[in-house]
Amino acid sequence: MKRSNIFKRESLFVPIIAIIVGLVLGALVMYVGGYDPILAYHSMITKIFGSTFDMGETIRTIVPLVMCGLAVAISFRAGLFNIGVDGQIIMGSLGALIVGTQVNLPPFLHGLVAILAGAFLGGLWGALVGYLRAEKGISEVVTSIMLNFIALYFSQFLINLFMLQEGTQRSETIKDSASIQMSWLSNLVDGARIHWGFVIAILAVIFYQVYLNKTKWGYELRAVGLNPHAAHYAGMNVPHILVKTMFISGVFGGLVGAFDVLGVFKYVAISSTTSGLGFDGIAVSLLGGNTAVGVLLSGILFGALTYGSQGMSFGAGVPAEIIRMVIGFIIFFVAAPGIVKLLFRPFHKKSKEEA
Amino acid sequence: MDIIANLLNGTLVFSTALIFAALGGLISERSGIINIGIEGFMVSGAFFSAVTAYYAETAGFGAFSPWIGLIGAFVFSVIFSTIHAVACITYGANQVVSGTVINILASGSTFYLVKMIFAGSAETPILTNVFHKVKIPYLTDIPFVGKVIFNAYPTTYVAIALIIVFHFILFRTANGLRLRSVGEHPNAAATVGVKVNRTRYMSVILSGSIAALGGATIVLTSNSNFAYNTISGQGFIALAAVIIGKWNPVGAMLAALLFGLAQAVKDQFQIFEFASKIPSEFFYMLPYLLTLLVLIGAVGKSRAPKALGQPYDIGKR
Repeated sequence: MKRSNIFKRESLFVPIIAIIVGLVLGALVMYVGGYDPILAYHSMITKIFGSTFDMGETIRTIVPLVMCGLAVAISFRAGLFNIGVDGQIIMGSLGALIVGTQVNLPPFLHGLVAILAGAFLGGLWGALVGYLRAEKGISEVVTSIMLNFIALYFSQFLINLFMLQEGTQRSETIKDSASIQMSWLSNLVDGARIHWGFVIAILAVIFYQVYLNKTKWGYELRAVGLNPHAAHYAGMNVPHILVKTMFISGVFGGLVGAFDVLGVFKYVAISSTTSGLGFDGIAVSLLGGNTAVGVLLSGILFGALTYGSQGMSFGAGVPAEIIRMVIGFIIFFVAAPGIVKLLFRPFHKKSKEEA
Repeated sequence: MDIIANLLNGTLVFSTALIFAALGGLISERSGIINIGIEGFMVSGAFFSAVTAYYAETAGFGAFSPWIGLIGAFVFSVIFSTIHAVACITYGANQVVSGTVINILASGSTFYLVKMIFAGSAETPILTNVFHKVKIPYLTDIPFVGKVIFNAYPTTYVAIALIIVFHFILFRTANGLRLRSVGEHPNAAATVGVKVNRTRYMSVILSGSIAALGGATIVLTSNSNFAYNTISGQGFIALAAVIIGKWNPVGAMLAALLFGLAQAVKDQFQIFEFASKIPSEFFYMLPYLLTLLVLIGAVGKSRAPKALGQPYDIGKR
């Protein structure tokens, strides 16, 4: 059996060069804009590792990115492009919010049920995309985007109707019994908002690896992704596999929403836009090559960059949006590896001549 | 009658940006290059129009400055189009991924630049000179129709003119035939002497710049400045319009008008007593819900250009 090839030299070369070139281009943009890139990156690193609290909050930022990365990655492996993670996150927080505020259950069980409700609603939202693609042939790209906005306003509607905290633009807070904060770990990192989602994310990475590579369902999923027609002729139920894959993808997204409500904010704010985390998930999954370990590593990278970027604006006056540009550059070079190879061709030739 | 006239006139206002954006997306997709980046191109157009119009204003161009803004959006958005074209055409990158990169890069860089240029502010200054509705003499006097069509922003007339021009180019000229053939069967097109990659470069770059006019329209008519939520998903609605309109300019325009109508309904219905009982979220949701329902119900199998999404590989000839 062929082992996954993530540790081969070639497959590591492009992402690492892409990251370096992305950071250098970011520095260049800062320099041209009249900022000090060295001070900026220095304050970014200080922000990430500066204190135990910051390190805890960095981990909190990484968790949803890894989950979103997995959500996008699993759909990619089946040949689908899930731009709808944002909507699945919203449905996930809605499910968790409803259970967290409207239901009375003993501690622990309450949190668990709330998480499951969020995961299930997110999964349904994803499965709907998969169904429309599989049965009606409608591009998942368009439906998932439409469902993002429908989820946004649907959630606002429900919150306004029966969960609004009087006189504010946010929902009432969840009951304490539904909290999934890990207080002992939180105390360890000076009160950073670490929660059980941290553990679930690690389990999700393991689940993804095992499901995709060790089970019959994972084999079918990959077969559909490589060639749906061949999979169909081999007797696989392609529509069923697409719906199932999108359900799992939606569950990953739904969990992100549930974590935020139950572990971090305790309420849902009424916002005019979606979080955009789903789009970051696309970046994470692409850089990670849609593999479990790759998604974990790139989630850690983008999470650290995102959290650290707040330090850049504070310490060096650089607008934090620069990190969006850096992330954009990185995926651009990963998506078009030919450019990376072109950039480094002179060096390649030299080393060969020397050898 | 007045209400319906207002509703339809409002439809034109909301649809204009979508018509530009959908036409932009269509040109690229007809040549075989998927354009998920329309949202990013609209953001780029909105930003560049706000900035060029602002500087034109401070330089004293007065009433001409929105026109300069429009041109600025068209010209400067070539940057992002070229990035997409290079990645997809020369380097055979996954076109959906490249489009996503455009969306991330466009939003990231424009917000960065806004903060950089305007000293940390999250949005551009409000423009004093924007487009105003133009009443076309005599034609406005036609009952009903005059009020609906002949009292609109100049950008609306530009958008509709572009649709007609491109419909003609695509289906009545040799260049249009070449562009379509490159999107259907690039290898066959190449054997009869069509320069596949050059044609695709032209159409992708044109695509981004025309989609940018959509973003510019929003800034130069209704919003008067550029902020982080100026576009908020309209590029994706335009993308849906391309699909619902079956990659046909007039079809895409009709689909864009449908979404514009859904948005106009929101504005017009808030006047009524009974409508105030309907939660406002429903009206916000309407365009998206409508898109989804139209996709599910009316469209059936839509027919995309055959080579859409496939990089041109000369070896496959």
